[in-house]
Amino acid sequence: MNEDQINVRNALKDGDLFTRLSAVVMGAGMFGHKQVVKGVVVLLIEIAFWVFMGTAGFYNLSMLPSLGTQEQGEVWNEAKQIYEYTAGDNSQQILLYGVITCFVVAGIVALWILQMRHSYKLQKLIEDGEEVPTLRDDIKSLFDGNLHITLMSLPCIGILIFNIVPLVYMISMAFTTYSKEDEHLILFDWDGIHQFLRVLNMNGNIGRQFWHVLAWTIIWAIFATFLNYILGMVLALIINRKDTKGKAFWRFCFVLSVAVPQFVTLMIMNIMLQPSGAVNVLFQNLGLIKEPIPFWTNAMLARVTIIAINLWVGIPYTMLQVTGILQNIPGELYEAARMDGAGPMRIFFKITLPYMLFVTAPYLISSFVGNINNFNVIYLLSGGGPTRVGDTAGQTDLLVTWLYKLTIDQQYYNLGAVIGIMTFVILTIVTLVTYRNSSSYKNEEAFM
Amino acid sequence: MDNQMAKNKLSPRRRLVNFLVHLLLAVLALIWVLPIAWIVLTSFRAEPGAYTKTFLPQGYTLNNYVKLLTDRNVLNFPRMFKNTLIISIFSCTISTFFVLSVAYSLSRMRFKFRKPYMNLAMILGLFPGFMTMVAQYFILKAMGLTEGAGIRIGLIVVYSACTGLGFQISKGFFDTIPRSIDEAAVMDGATQWQVFTRITLPLSKPIVIYTVMTAFMAPWVDFIFAKVLCRANADQFTVAIGLWNMLQKEYIYQWYTCFAAGAVLISIPIAILFLYMQRFYVEGMTGAVKG
Repeated sequence: MNEDQINVRNALKDGDLFTRLSAVVMGAGMFGHKQVVKGVVVLLIEIAFWVFMGTAGFYNLSMLPSLGTQEQGEVWNEAKQIYEYTAGDNSQQILLYGVITCFVVAGIVALWILQMRHSYKLQKLIEDGEEVPTLRDDIKSLFDGNLHITLMSLPCIGILIFNIVPLVYMISMAFTTYSKEDEHLILFDWDGIHQFLRVLNMNGNIGRQFWHVLAWTIIWAIFATFLNYILGMVLALIINRKDTKGKAFWRFCFVLSVAVPQFVTLMIMNIMLQPSGAVNVLFQNLGLIKEPIPFWTNAMLARVTIIAINLWVGIPYTMLQVTGILQNIPGELYEAARMDGAGPMRIFFKITLPYMLFVTAPYLISSFVGNINNFNVIYLLSGGGPTRVGDTAGQTDLLVTWLYKLTIDQQYYNLGAVIGIMTFVILTIVTLVTYRNSSSYKNEEAFM
Repeated sequence: MDNQMAKNKLSPRRRLVNFLVHLLLAVLALIWVLPIAWIVLTSFRAEPGAYTKTFLPQGYTLNNYVKLLTDRNVLNFPRMFKNTLIISIFSCTISTFFVLSVAYSLSRMRFKFRKPYMNLAMILGLFPGFMTMVAQYFILKAMGLTEGAGIRIGLIVVYSACTGLGFQISKGFFDTIPRSIDEAAVMDGATQWQVFTRITLPLSKPIVIYTVMTAFMAPWVDFIFAKVLCRANADQFTVAIGLWNMLQKEYIYQWYTCFAAGAVLISIPIAILFLYMQRFYVEGMTGAVKG
């Protein structure tokens, strides 16, 4: 029997009574083809679906286009001498339930297709006089040939409910007026691509901030990724030099800082670099400076400080990760280079670096992505500040921290969602371009 | 690197280079160790407040630790510790199962959904985490998991639900186990389930330990999801939010040295776990890259 011919169209065309019946009564095809239990389960799912749709689903979908119109009302209650509030529509809930209903409908459609094909397949099996798998066979196969279904169902459900549904919900928010601006927190409406235009428009206030934040995000990500990478590698090379004494001791000194939880180190650094913090006190006591250095209030200095502290956090980490790979570099390459009279700098730039770039391209890309989305470092160190008067984005805000401020602090949900989508678009471009140019593109391990 | 030619006698130039390298390492090590040493000293500092006139403490005391572990009125550290422990035990169990299941399926089984799943995981990884955070909050609210003890379940769900996307390192490790071992077992009549539980998992002890530990550590070091979910419910705070709160304006003068003590207490177990598992991490990493 040909697998290709098992499809919905053929099932409807040459299906027998039961197979065709399952187009309406789901599970009928299994019920009629000796798989009673499965058939009943599928039918129960269909009944549950229609009950859901009848009680809530159709209402949820019908509210999606308008997102609710009924404002919360205030009625003066003479008897109690108070204002009583009448429940109005809550657009945020309507949108959420609408999105969830769409996913439920998509799920039932997928189940419908699967059960049509399965019914047709069972029918063919019976027609060809072959054995129909019993329930016991099916359960057995879930632990053998179909183990992936058993293992991956729960993780996939988790991802669907807590990653994909929230993402779709947030993406749809970008196209609404859901924002504290103009008081659209309870009742809001579809707004098309207005917010996108606002963010991209360089002349507007929000647009100007967006381009500033974007520029700094990219500069930050480049510095944070490549400086850490190269300096971490240099440190690993220096420690692993043949003449370096006490390798384990040096390594321990640096690894110690990695072992402390990152948010703790970052909070400590923030306090240490305050105007009256430990660093300024130390420098003043040593007589190096008179006035405290304004680490967090001067925009340029704050940026440099953040990159420097990120080096402090990141270099030992890179050192750990690259040490093993560095030792895999074939020794003959170095021999040959030394024969030709190359110095250490030349060897580093002509052999070590290209080799490492070749092998660790996927790691570099993921650390670049991680840095663009690096929330902790900015939020805990500078909090995005210093901030100009009238701006929502500070001078050191990344797109993610700005997104956080816009949604959690300011409640500009639609703008926040737009920023999130823009971040995704930028990351997609960066990743695609670098993957296509990297050696591991065709290799499966490119996903590492 | 450049000194293999001089085998026996070191030339003066080489000695100078060696001296400079060690000097550089010493300076760097000082830069890296100093902040950590400072926080340890601060945790024993007798005088309160975040900012002092001197770099080194004037007096030493154990009171900061005593206050941290016994004060149950203002910031109840023991309760935060208990909350975090419960959350991390549950989320660690769930996410270890998720990560290893997905990694094994993707490494060993062949099915239609395999490539699309890996592509999807990569695409989802490009969205900033906070985009989903707000919506996750609304979903948990609709499920009634944002009030009282529900917050704890909500946090467990948030920390473990999406871990099926972080399969890369484990899958890389599973890929390096020769398939011929599985095939031999299948020839002898083992099912895929038996191969997974009796052969692959015992052979992958390093990566299992690595997965368990990273999953266990996540609730201790995350503070932003916990902050959004707990809001003002002080009885549900985790350690990370507690430490963060100690540095806020209203507490910092009284609690700064306790914060240092808490940081030290939290860092010790994490540091031990980390030092223990870093070699597994490096193994997983190189395994993954070598493919």
